[in-house]
Amino acid sequence: MKWRHWLLLPLMLALAAGLGYTVLSLPDQAHGLQGAVADQLGKSGVSNPVTAVLLNFRGYDTLLEMVVLTLALLGVWSLGAQPAVHAESIPGPVLDMLTRLLVPILIMVAAYLLWAGAHAPGGAFQAGAVLGAAGVLLLLTGWRLPPRGAGYPLRVALVVGVVAFLAVAALPLPGGRHLLEYNPTYAGVLILIIEAFATVSIGVTLAVLFFGADPADKEPR
Amino acid sequence: MEAMTWLSWSFDAFIGLGLLWLAWRVLACSDLFKAIVLFIAFGLFMALVWVRLAAPDIALAEAAIGAGLTGALLMAALARLRED
Repeated sequence: MKWRHWLLLPLMLALAAGLGYTVLSLPDQAHGLQGAVADQLGKSGVSNPVTAVLLNFRGYDTLLEMVVLTLALLGVWSLGAQPAVHAESIPGPVLDMLTRLLVPILIMVAAYLLWAGAHAPGGAFQAGAVLGAAGVLLLLTGWRLPPRGAGYPLRVALVVGVVAFLAVAALPLPGGRHLLEYNPTYAGVLILIIEAFATVSIGVTLAVLFFGADPADKEPR
Repeated sequence: MEAMTWLSWSFDAFIGLGLLWLAWRVLACSDLFKAIVLFIAFGLFMALVWVRLAAPDIALAEAAIGAGLTGALLMAALARLRED
């Protein structure tokens, strides 16, 4: 067993040397795309360059990212009904009180991050993650989606982000323009619409991922 | 000014080396629960590194998704592993 470790050593050293050489041979002055982004920022509808790239210039990547997140959830659901791991334990007073206090604040923070994304660091994924954290807290305290909301309404919430994104992306197609090519006049509003729906979908998807099974699935394993 | 430069350099060295040490600990740890806690700590250090690299957008995403939700997902997976 031990000699294999020694065999790995030269490989690791070679990797480290290669990585070090690559980093050291990088040009001092990197010519990125900041200039190109800054030139076009006025047409993007937002003033935060990161949001402009993610939702306007490279909107395609973000759209596919949302699809990947949904596919991940489908992968988890395909494993079938899972026993709930923490349903039986009654939450302690600290977790109970803290959740009551935190969930409204987390929803406010998510809304703020969503709104701030247009001009400062923030955006749909961060806001969605905060929303998902609120969902995880609720699940930890034993809260469950009422059966009425577990079927169709939940599925709508899961895909509404991708659907809204696709709808906005396809909007310029009849006018003979390209997919995801927003009119600069409405770009800000369109991005806000996409991000609002995406936040809901990302938050719900992350919380349901934590739950681990389709809430509409009744049969216990 | 000199003191500030020294301070920021030593802070960068601390989080950089801390990141490497935490990464090693996560991989070498045989207790899965401990490894998950170390992974969450790794995510928080990573977020600090992004802040130091002047990338607050990635820092926010890393803190919320990398450290927070991934940690919760791993914990849930571990709880299910123990049931079987």
